[in-house]
Amino acid sequence: MRIALLADIHGNLEALEACLAHAATQGAQRLIFLGDLVGYGANPEAVVARVRGLMDQGAITLRGNHDEAALHGPQGFSTLAAIAMRWTQARLDGAAKQFLAALPFTHAEGDCLYTHADASNPPEWRYVTEAQEARRSLGATHARLTFCGHTHVPALFALTATGKLVHHSPAPDVMLPLLRPRRWLAVIGAVGQPRDRNPAACYGLLDTARAECGWMRVPYDIEAAARKIRAAELPEALAARLFEGQ
Amino acid sequence: MRTGTIIAGFTLGPKLHQGGMAVLHEATHPDHSLPMLMKLPLLTEGQDPAAIVGFEMEQMILPRLEGPHVPRCIAMGHEPLPWIVMERVRGETLLPLFDRLPLPIAEVVETGALVAEALCALHRQGVVHLDVKPGNIMRVDGDCGARVVLLDFGLSHHALLPDLMAEEFRLPYGSAPYMAPEQLMGIRGDPASDLFGLAAMLYAMSTGRNPFGDPQHMSHMKRRLWWDPPPPRALRPDCPPWLQEIILRNLEIEPGRRHPTAAQMAFDLRHPEQVSQTPRAGKLKRDPWGARIRRRFHPDHQPRLKRNAIAMAQSGAPIIMVAVDTAVTAAELCTAMRRMVTQIMATLPGARVACVNVLQIHLLRPDMTLDEEGRNKHLQRLLELRHWSAELKLPEARLTHHVLEAVDPADALLEYARLNRADHIILGASESSLGRRVLGSVSGQVARDAPCSVTVVRLRPG
Repeated sequence: MRIALLADIHGNLEALEACLAHAATQGAQRLIFLGDLVGYGANPEAVVARVRGLMDQGAITLRGNHDEAALHGPQGFSTLAAIAMRWTQARLDGAAKQFLAALPFTHAEGDCLYTHADASNPPEWRYVTEAQEARRSLGATHARLTFCGHTHVPALFALTATGKLVHHSPAPDVMLPLLRPRRWLAVIGAVGQPRDRNPAACYGLLDTARAECGWMRVPYDIEAAARKIRAAELPEALAARLFEGQ
Repeated sequence: MRTGTIIAGFTLGPKLHQGGMAVLHEATHPDHSLPMLMKLPLLTEGQDPAAIVGFEMEQMILPRLEGPHVPRCIAMGHEPLPWIVMERVRGETLLPLFDRLPLPIAEVVETGALVAEALCALHRQGVVHLDVKPGNIMRVDGDCGARVVLLDFGLSHHALLPDLMAEEFRLPYGSAPYMAPEQLMGIRGDPASDLFGLAAMLYAMSTGRNPFGDPQHMSHMKRRLWWDPPPPRALRPDCPPWLQEIILRNLEIEPGRRHPTAAQMAFDLRHPEQVSQTPRAGKLKRDPWGARIRRRFHPDHQPRLKRNAIAMAQSGAPIIMVAVDTAVTAAELCTAMRRMVTQIMATLPGARVACVNVLQIHLLRPDMTLDEEGRNKHLQRLLELRHWSAELKLPEARLTHHVLEAVDPADALLEYARLNRADHIILGASESSLGRRVLGSVSGQVARDAPCSVTVVRLRPG
């Protein structure tokens, strides 16, 4: 079975729709949202409504730090993120905020664990950007495959037969083998705000039968997403960064 | 594992070979009729645990490779041990060749060209072998001539896959006589490392000895970072200068000074008369001791081993084949073709141009090339090609000239492009004429059937 993994949508409806359409052409039968539906982007209500509709059809959705902040307010956020979060809070109704803040931290299925950030302590929202952080996350669970987001930068970490931790930067659109006896941690890039200098939306495509995962890159209407951010009078930097992929 | 054991439907046959890290068994399966091998890792007490990492690397890489220069992967799995089933290639490794060194020069060159061609096919798929040695190279003599099949991808590096071997630092994994200097320093993924391995083999085949011996300790292995071996011609006086040029060029310590691609190395081995010779070709002595000492100790003379090179990046150093029909091409079209070549060469410092002309021979007079008139025509064409290319102002090392004799020009050009791994063909549009409409044009056929990109240069009418 093929599963589409969508992380860090951040209120970017154009990027979400492009990824969903692409995933359908790739034969994805299930959807798992790895958190941060809102924050930064100009369409938080529409993204929440869209994802809730997909959950009615079986999609799984996990909590991200921005989803939590929709109810409780930004804590430990950068200035830009905090400004965008206060704007987002004003846009969402009570039911949407309750829904977001009540999402589960993790979801385990077969030999896979899905979460938003470091799996060793999900409420801490720690980033997994380097080998030591990946080792901490892998060491805390028994899952063979861990999938997370949060960093907005694609990465794949492997724990080798000799206990070494290998960091790999996945090339776009290449299915990589997650060899069976080994344990892997896949950091899926962001749908709605990529930060690896590639502005195309990123989502993960997991093929469970073949034990392969790909970091798919999808072009989307960045102009439209940026125009909405500017129209909402959110900080200009949030619009500009979408074009740069940073 | 005993004969008769069944793994995922494959029945194990007799053991065929046991190496340092793996065992090979014959294997059969009711759904597969071709001869097959099952490869299993050696998991004995005291075995280097990195062996299993290498085995898993091969499990990732082999199923992603294709073509005549690798064994076809049939299946792989992990229970009860990791295993790979692959096509059993019928051939012989180069090991017996190394029992009767030195070899005749023609055999050295032929073997070298076959290996370079196989490496080219591997590099184009994003993989650097990193363990090029006689035991990992199998020669297969088939109906369509000889070819080489590369074996054992346990130390290999794939440009797009996680490199599980990247963190195995304890030993510089590879084979001591053939390992490139940058590999010793833990740099994996430069295709030029394989060219060094091949050059070390060519050196041994020509002279009967390894260029750096067979050192067992790291400190001795690292001598190749500053120490240069005696030139082959000092040990084998009949080694032609052009062959010494190829060998010493690819034994250069800095990867950037070797051939830019395996395809270009194969090209030189296949066209000795066109090898551009540097002072390396005539060397009869090692570098002066001062130069060696500087390389070893002087910070400004340390070789640059790391560079941004990955397999698959052939685009920076393509072989560009230009088909020039000197007899009928209008002067304006000749100029337009030169402009096209100049533009492409200006952006690609590693690229080289092969100018090709077809001297059409007639079925009724196949022996024409043997008589004086034929020889004169051949020479005349070569001179015309050189005249055409002179204005490109390219150094000798980046330019070669070839006159092909054939009945059908398009077939000859396509065959040449295929044999020489051309990356790009440039040719002029055929003149509009009755013949073109009835018989089809050469450029049309080449564009349709070429194994690479084709640019047809055409003048805008009017």
